[in-house]
Amino acid sequence: MNISELIEAMALEMDMTPTEAGEMVNTILDSMSTTLISGNTIEIRGFGSFVIKNYESYRGRNPKTGEKIEVPPKRLPFFKVGKELRERVNN
Amino acid sequence: MKRSNLTRKDLAKTINEDLGFSQRSAGELVDSVFASLRQTLIQGDSVKLVQFGTFTVRKKSSRVGRNPRTGETMEISKRSMVTFKASKGLREKINSSDDE
Repeated sequence: MNISELIEAMALEMDMTPTEAGEMVNTILDSMSTTLISGNTIEIRGFGSFVIKNYESYRGRNPKTGEKIEVPPKRLPFFKVGKELRERVNN
Repeated sequence: MKRSNLTRKDLAKTINEDLGFSQRSAGELVDSVFASLRQTLIQGDSVKLVQFGTFTVRKKSSRVGRNPRTGETMEISKRSMVTFKASKGLREKINSSDDE
């Protein structure tokens, strides 16, 4: 599923115009992005939670050339699937 | 800086304030979006939300593991898990923000 399919499904299910559904979906995603960008967490019951993990810099290797490189510290969002969803994808 | 946690309630509030839906329907809209994402993943399909990221269902085959407490070997059954990879744009923004 991609974003336009999600918007289409929402318009149909919630009886909205595609424009309204699009604004609604984008508002949610923007709000989630802004939260993560500012280093805050997201917790949606029944779906999952997002936290930002900090990774220290480390000595890595370019797997292609074998060359040693210094990997700079970085932050990545980490998604932890909620209990309900985790159980349901397994059944 | 104080950390905060975004929940469905906050999302509903934003929909209510920014888009003018009633508080009640804003809550229903947020729920239906996550219900739709959840349903897609339960069917085993992935969800690709370009500006945000991709959720994928990965199937892991069964393997032999060990109970770390007793040392006993046991078969870990095959299972599915949901993984998320943030979009490139979001990853870059997370790393360029000055916070911390």
